[in-house]
Amino acid sequence: MATAREVKLRIRSVKSIAQITRALQAVSASKVQRAIATVEASRPYATKAWEVLTHVAMQPGREHMHPLMTRRDEVKNVLVALITSDRGLAGPYNTNVLRFMFKKFDNYPVPVHYVTIGRKGREILHRRGKHIVADFSGIPDRPKFADVSQIGHLLVEEFLSGKADEIYLVYTDFVNMLRQNPTMKKLLPLEVEEDTRVQDFSPAAGHKAVASYIYEPDETEILNQIVPRFTQLQVFHAVLESQASEHAARMVAMKNATDNATELADALQLEYNKARQQSITSEMLDIAGGAEALAQAMAAEARKAAQAAQQSQ
Amino acid sequence: MPIHCEIVSQDRMVWSGEADMVVVPGASGEMGILANHAPLLSTLKPGIIKVVRDGQEDYYTVTGGVVEVRPDKVTILADASEHVTEIDERRAEEARKRAEELLKKTPPSTAEHLAAQAALQRARIRLDAVRRFRPKSGPQIQSGAPEDKG
Repeated sequence: MATAREVKLRIRSVKSIAQITRALQAVSASKVQRAIATVEASRPYATKAWEVLTHVAMQPGREHMHPLMTRRDEVKNVLVALITSDRGLAGPYNTNVLRFMFKKFDNYPVPVHYVTIGRKGREILHRRGKHIVADFSGIPDRPKFADVSQIGHLLVEEFLSGKADEIYLVYTDFVNMLRQNPTMKKLLPLEVEEDTRVQDFSPAAGHKAVASYIYEPDETEILNQIVPRFTQLQVFHAVLESQASEHAARMVAMKNATDNATELADALQLEYNKARQQSITSEMLDIAGGAEALAQAMAAEARKAAQAAQQSQ
Repeated sequence: MPIHCEIVSQDRMVWSGEADMVVVPGASGEMGILANHAPLLSTLKPGIIKVVRDGQEDYYTVTGGVVEVRPDKVTILADASEHVTEIDERRAEEARKRAEELLKKTPPSTAEHLAAQAALQRARIRLDAVRRFRPKSGPQIQSGAPEDKG
């Protein structure tokens, strides 16, 4: 049994841990909100760009598709952009997305190359001896589009140069505070399906029989403008979603840690009280026992003295 | 008759509202867009967007992008866009100097050289916009100021 003093020291350290984790929890909570707000702010552009993109790409009589939208018949190399966090203490966040990715790509039929965004993912891939083409760790906490656009730029280059025939984005989709799903998205070639959104596209509600657009300078030039930016925007979105997920996961992990620490502190407090009470009790027993022994000794002494007095009479 | 106008960049909605006329730097020249314009898609050159409403003029810089015109709506997908009152003149001036120095140092037609050229052009547009169109006095932000959600 630990002494009361030792227990007291442990209580103090557990309580200070709880204080730190509680602070981290609060910080993460506010960061989640900010990341979500940034995703929302970039949505108008994404929606609009997608509309224009599908519209132009679906034009009847387009002779050739834009290179970034052309599916290659033979896929020889695959590039995976993996988004993880730079820092730990985020509960199962990194483990989940990594496990998800390894399940998809560990036994892939063609060579897989990686671009890592986030230190944790880079370390794991490096340890496993995977081929990392580029690494973009240290994305700031409140990323601007410019902080992320170079990633999209690199991916587009890799695709156009033929070093990769398909590019996937693996990241964590933020559902809510308690749910974050590892997700995979095909980034390139950009696939424009005959989407429901296409039907919404008409130059104005009420203006039926869509007059065809005037293009300046031409469709290809417009696609050249939009497609790479749309790709960059998708990467930007994924980074923001991942950051929101990271902070949410960290918040939950820190909440659990705070709860556990509080619980532990309570249990230790009980133990401390017990130990303290026990030491008091044993002290009391000592004193009582000592007093008893003293009383007995004195009584015996007194008896002896009385006997001696009787004999001498 | 007003036309609805939206200026969006990748990270925020720069401005949205009604306008009487929107002038954009199109790929093949400046275009003034009024209501009931024919449907049009055009790329944008770096330059200045002018929004006219109720006789007032508002200016935004744009570094490139795409404009989509429908009879009742103009949407500008900007690579980057700022209202003239948002521009930090000192920073733009610094950016211009930096770009000019870089331009001298780098050999022509390398990637760095082209990037520096683009940066110089951006800085010049911003400086130009500030010097020509910044309201001289009174409130810096007018009623037509962008909603900054960033």
